Amino acid sequence: MTAPTTVSAPEDVEAPVPAIELRDVTRSFPGPPEVQALKGVNLTVPDGDYLSIIGPSGSGKSTMLNLLGLLDRPTVGEYRLGGVLTSTLTEDERAALRARQLGFVFQAFHLMSRRSVLDNVMLPMLYAGTPRAEREPRAREALQRVGLSHRMGFLPGRLSGGERQRVAVARAVATRPRVLLADEPTGNLDQTTTGEIMALFEELHADGLTLVLITHDGGVARRAHRRIRLTDGRAEEV
Amino acid sequence: MRLRRAPAAVRPEVVEKVPAADRFTLADLLGEATADIGSRPGRLVTTIVGTVLGVAALIATIGFAQTAAGQIARQFDAAAATSLVVTPSTAQTGGASGSSVATGVLPWDAVDRMERLAGVDSAALLAELSLPDATVTAVAVNDPSQAPPAPPALYAASAELLDAVGGHVATGRFFDAGHDARADRVVVLGSRAADRLGIERVDNQPSIFVDGIAYAVLGVVDRTDVRGELLDAVIMPTGTARADVGLATPGDLQARIAVGAGPQLSEQAPLTLAPDEPGSLQVQAPSARSQLGQAVQADVNGVFVILSVIVLLAGGVGITSVTMLSVVERTGEIGLRRAVGATARQIAGQFVAESVVIGLLGGLIGAAVGVLGVVAISVARDWAPVVDPWVALGGIAVGAVLGLLAGGLPARRAARIEPVEALRGGT
Ligand SMILES: Nc1ncnc2c1ncn2[C@@H]1O[C@H](COP(=O)(O)OP(=O)(O)OP(=O)(O)O)[C@@H](O)[C@H]1O
Ligand SMILES: [Mg+2]
Repeated sequence: MTAPTTVSAPEDVEAPVPAIELRDVTRSFPGPPEVQALKGVNLTVPDGDYLSIIGPSGSGKSTMLNLLGLLDRPTVGEYRLGGVLTSTLTEDERAALRARQLGFVFQAFHLMSRRSVLDNVMLPMLYAGTPRAEREPRAREALQRVGLSHRMGFLPGRLSGGERQRVAVARAVATRPRVLLADEPTGNLDQTTTGEIMALFEELHADGLTLVLITHDGGVARRAHRRIRLTDGRAEEV
Repeated sequence: MRLRRAPAAVRPEVVEKVPAADRFTLADLLGEATADIGSRPGRLVTTIVGTVLGVAALIATIGFAQTAAGQIARQFDAAAATSLVVTPSTAQTGGASGSSVATGVLPWDAVDRMERLAGVDSAALLAELSLPDATVTAVAVNDPSQAPPAPPALYAASAELLDAVGGHVATGRFFDAGHDARADRVVVLGSRAADRLGIERVDNQPSIFVDGIAYAVLGVVDRTDVRGELLDAVIMPTGTARADVGLATPGDLQARIAVGAGPQLSEQAPLTLAPDEPGSLQVQAPSARSQLGQAVQADVNGVFVILSVIVLLAGGVGITSVTMLSVVERTGEIGLRRAVGATARQIAGQFVAESVVIGLLGGLIGAAVGVLGVVAISVARDWAPVVDPWVALGGIAVGAVLGLLAGGLPARRAARIEPVEALRGGT
């Protein structure tokens, strides 16, 4: 029997533990001048949600994603991921949580240019403790899912932008994370490929994946089921 | 709650424990480190060159020292392990002069008696003739107006001497038992004595004059394994010396023996040669294994070692700077790895592993180049190449340690990269 790679929250029929919960989160960057990128944000993302966070440049979107992704810590406030209060965790524990609970997709793809598509997709499983024997099959499965079975041996440089982002999505979902975090995933793509990626997200969501999508593109944001608008560090549901 | 041990820094209530087999292991670390090295062969060459040269120079320096020492030891060994000398014991005479007199005497048939013993290949009698006032010249008329140069030493020997000292005749021939028995007036010259007397060839039947008496020069000896002093000497047959200069007793017996026969012959020789009074003879024989071999130390050239170390340090700096460059170039990748769960320690480990592998590779190639260099030059010079396998292994280890030290700085830098900053950039 293999251990599940994601930790399921203790089942509580009446009040299921949300995937993500932010309470009065403020993130300020010490100046001068001091900048409050996020101001008293409250947010609850239940499992299976598909949420977009929209806002103009400088409104705090990336700051929000870094906090949600455990890459940064709130200055004030609480962040619970799967019910775990993250402020009490060591750096190694945060790394382990990132590996097992979260998937990342970035605007800039961040693929290793000298490694094959398959190697790129297998990378997170190295750190997530995915059973060794399952790594390659899972990577192949993920690539099949994003429609890139025929590109497994390619180097990323030989792929189109849309294909690269699909590799990145395959990489993010191969570890079977609880939440997929995407920061401007379509920022480097044209309209057609943007449509492809958004269709892919829709499918993943239909399969039960929780998605948090950050974008400044209103059209993209509208594809999500819930929208949060950030204005100058303050969040409001649209 | 389960009692199985969770990874030290991660509490089981945060994430479920990973079975040991599925954790990020040293093998994974090496895999990640080598994947990048292998993808840039061009850069690898420039990174590795200093280490290769340094290790090769170090190994070549030590290897040449060992080869030279081996060479000297071999020459000494062969000669020393097969040379046995029997001399009459001496006793100090009283008085201030402190001179000594022989208490024993070698018989004139000592050669026959010795050669009957097992392990003796050949033996010869030898005596230095001390004739303080004798003149030795290449011309008949002694011109008193010319200051005579110091005469060469005079020796008497039996005909077997050439074989017993492993001598080589450059020209002419050595005297034989017939000359000895007839007390013929013949001599053989050592090559340096021949030079001094101005005799270069013997086909024109030259003579030399000892106290005005002519002796025909039969040949010139230019090489001996033992008793190098014979090259400075004029050697006449013992029979001749007894007749002409009144040689009374043999001086010593020089034998060439089988390797390993020394200890046994040391006991047998006095009993054979002086059965009545074996204690009156002394034997110098090689012990079981030649001591000389150990006495010859590998004389490692300090200057070359220092130069090698400097080249090695340059190699280390090379690894550091190229790995540093690699860290900067791969900032985005480092950010990504951190985002997908790599710890700072794993990132540091990856770059240390990368530079250790580079150093190891440099050490490996350097050791091979160094050993090949020693072998090639030894073969060209007709030496037997000697490189201690530990030296070669040491060279490889030096490369690896160099890589380890060189990787420290870049690894620390890589570990300190903030994922948020790293991911902000493109690619
Ligand atoms: N490391 C930092 N130090 C100081 N200020 C920062 C830092 N990171 C972000 N900020 C500031 O916080 C605010 C929010 O930045 P953030 O990157 O979250 O905006 P964004 O919504 O992602 O913008 P964009 O759409 O341009 O990516 C900005 O005013 C920015 O200057
Ligand atoms: Mg941003």
